[in-house]
Amino acid sequence: MEYDPTLLLQVEDVHKSFPGVNALSGMRLDLRHGEVLGLVGENGAGKSTLMKLLTGIYIHQEGEFFLDGEPLRVRTPLDAEKRGLSIIHQELNLVSHLTVAENIWLGREPRSGGVFTKPREQIARTRDLLERLEMDLDPKALVANLTVAKQQMVEIAKALSFDAKVLIMDEPTSALNETEVAQLHTLIRRFVTPETGVVYITHRMPELKSITDRITVIRDGKYITTTDTATSTLDEIISHMVGRAIDTSAKPVNVRDDREVILSVRNLTTKSALHEVSFDLHKGEVLGFAGLMGAGRTETARAIIGADPHVSAEITLRGTTVTISNPAQAARMGIGYLSEDRKKYGLMLNLDVAHNVTISSIQDKFTTGPFEKKSAIRQAAQDAVELLKVKTPSMTQQVKFLSGGNQQKAIIGRWLVKDCDVLIFDEPTRGIDVGAKEEIYQLLNHLAEQGKSIIMISSELPEILRMAHRVVVMSDGYVTGTLQADEATQESIMALATTRLSEKELP
Amino acid sequence: MFSAANPDPIQDSTAVVTPEEKQAGIWKQRLQQLLAFAGLLIIFLAFSIVAPTTFATYSNVMNILFSAVVIGCLAMGATLVIVSAGIDLSVGTGMALCAVMAATFMVRWGLPVWLGILLTLAFGAFIGLINGTAVTILGLPPFIATLAMMMICQGLALVVSNVAPIYFDPVDHASYMWISTGNLIPGSGFPNAIFVLILAVVVAYILFNKTILGRYDVSIGSNMEATALSGINVKKWLILIYAAAGTFTALGGIMISARLGSAQPATGAGYEMQAIAATVIGGTSLAGGKGSVIGTLIGALIISVINNGLQIIMLPQQWQNVVLGTVIVVVVFIDQLRNKQAKAR
Ligand SMILES: Nc1ncnc2c1ncn2[C@@H]1O[C@H](COP(=O)(O)OP(=O)(O)OP(=O)(O)O)[C@@H](O)[C@H]1O
Ligand SMILES: [Mg+2]
Repeated sequence: MEYDPTLLLQVEDVHKSFPGVNALSGMRLDLRHGEVLGLVGENGAGKSTLMKLLTGIYIHQEGEFFLDGEPLRVRTPLDAEKRGLSIIHQELNLVSHLTVAENIWLGREPRSGGVFTKPREQIARTRDLLERLEMDLDPKALVANLTVAKQQMVEIAKALSFDAKVLIMDEPTSALNETEVAQLHTLIRRFVTPETGVVYITHRMPELKSITDRITVIRDGKYITTTDTATSTLDEIISHMVGRAIDTSAKPVNVRDDREVILSVRNLTTKSALHEVSFDLHKGEVLGFAGLMGAGRTETARAIIGADPHVSAEITLRGTTVTISNPAQAARMGIGYLSEDRKKYGLMLNLDVAHNVTISSIQDKFTTGPFEKKSAIRQAAQDAVELLKVKTPSMTQQVKFLSGGNQQKAIIGRWLVKDCDVLIFDEPTRGIDVGAKEEIYQLLNHLAEQGKSIIMISSELPEILRMAHRVVVMSDGYVTGTLQADEATQESIMALATTRLSEKELP
Repeated sequence: MFSAANPDPIQDSTAVVTPEEKQAGIWKQRLQQLLAFAGLLIIFLAFSIVAPTTFATYSNVMNILFSAVVIGCLAMGATLVIVSAGIDLSVGTGMALCAVMAATFMVRWGLPVWLGILLTLAFGAFIGLINGTAVTILGLPPFIATLAMMMICQGLALVVSNVAPIYFDPVDHASYMWISTGNLIPGSGFPNAIFVLILAVVVAYILFNKTILGRYDVSIGSNMEATALSGINVKKWLILIYAAAGTFTALGGIMISARLGSAQPATGAGYEMQAIAATVIGGTSLAGGKGSVIGTLIGALIISVINNGLQIIMLPQQWQNVVLGTVIVVVVFIDQLRNKQAKAR
């Protein structure tokens, strides 16, 4: 086997297949000392699989790995840790009823006499670590009570608490907003020394430019090319990735302001998160919701559909005042909600693709009396899978075996099959590749044209600017402004997103 | 349903499953059940060899079936609940209470047999309804809610019966006993209990595999919050699932009292463990989201065969439990090992 001792990490001709899927064939990858290597490819291209092979979660069938010129054989995640490989997985892997500190040091707790834990020292160490990383987290906070973004930060802190040589990050920013992304990039730059390196997986293309040194593109489990970031354009990389060009400069379509109001929310207040949130959603409109993390966008959505209680609110749907006390009722009224956290609130992981795609609509569309119409269910799932190009070997594949982006497509499919009038999509394109994203945007535009009304909550400003007819900006539980499409820019949104905060900081 | 045009129909990245692969999947599932069934046969044969004159006789096999009918009915209910990631500890004493209620309706109140049976089934459903309500509306953990119900049923069975068995009248209630010990097909040698078990399994199978209740059952067991956010009224369906389990419990109560010709208020405790064991042996995961009615049937048969076989070879009662416990560990361990291997491929 050829290998190059000057490389930090080398992957040569690696193969891995699963029943019905060739995840990797002849995969290769070189990571140099002191660099950040971007790894990009479409959903299901094999990025996560490669990283799981490197960290001993799967065992590969063929091929070799070298670390610092030495053959690398990891059988378990613990092996990987010992060899200096640290990974942040695409899906969060935290124990939700433990605290931040307990999660970070899980399995490596400071002990006395080998058995007794030393909670105070653990907290102190966590404080040190978080301070060093400039993260605003409470070591004693229960992970279950944190937002996805904060949980992601805990994962990052945990990965950086090892003395790692190679840090692998599988879509670390999919839940973060620009500010947090910038913060993470600072951390990464501080982590990289001439001895270490980072593999950075993302679907957010602009990040590649700001953080990576080189970029490796893979497609369908095969190595395509590696380019220097400085000398290549994003368009080139995208066309390597998806095999065609994508217009990333598209703008919202059919912006009009003469549409009737379908959903009107007035003075929505909850116990702690929301204060007098008011807005209108028009028929056939894509209404963007922007804001920093913790601004209350997800809380707004959950309160509207009755998933969380509210203190007061006047909600008017199609002109009549309604009270919605649970999501089932919301769905009956034609309001569907797609959660930002697909693993916890979206997927039935051990059930199949057909189930996950059709579960919302089975009762009203695919039954005769109490009996299911199995073939209609399969057909509907098949149609959705084809429309969204979900990569799956079959309708009966358990959804946990799909790649992250394909899982996300599956739950988008669920609400397309359901055919609601009002769709509340919370970070709908989280983990979805650039090509598929654009297709989903077009799909949503098409739905809006047909008279569906869509609320799109997104932490990605480019996404908001690409899609939203109007943008509601929230901050700290308040609506701080509503912008028309032509007024919305990065700057105007960010200004409103930080209004309330800066007011509070004033004496 | 989709009116959205596919914006750009580039090559379909959806890999297709060849018919062979699909066939392989179906066979794998069949194989799993075949294996369990083979296990049942092996245990049966082993006892037949050890005790040829006493175990493998017609009357003893009927004994095994009578016991399997009761455990089987309870286990059908237990399976429905366990798949939803819940647990029902009240099926054992609930069965005893239902038997006492059946006797109350027919013997004490003198109601006709058909009405007594319907009322008993309704009563079982009512017990389940309360379990379900405690779990969903009051938000109690299923273990606690049904543990409490187990104790309540145990107590009520004694209270209602005045701490004494209630006997059915051999003449007035002949048709009641006929349900278990009669012969629908005269001279066939098959007691009706077998048909009741088959009926119970068919109903449970249809409920679990063909109806919306079964669909929501696995969905809730797999991820309750995601199911709720999908627009499904999880509370309502959970209550229905517990009510269905209660109905199967009542059927168990009817079958045991019809067989004995009396309602024994103190015989229920312990049956819940047998029902749960049968469910687990049958491949249903206690974590929820996955289960098999046929597997549970095989599990109930395995437990009945072992219970009976150990009695026949006159192993002391205390050792019977030791053996049964060991069997559960071994069976579930093998099942998990097989699942892990399938994953590692
Ligand atoms: N455990 C598994 N069993 C079966 N198939 C799997 C398994 N893990 C991954 N796959 C399949 O392997 C392929 C590659 O998946 P992988 O998760 O590596 O994609 P990815 O590049 O990380 O995609 P994404 O951008 O969506 O996260 C996919 O088609 C996926 O369905
Ligand atoms: Mg991935």
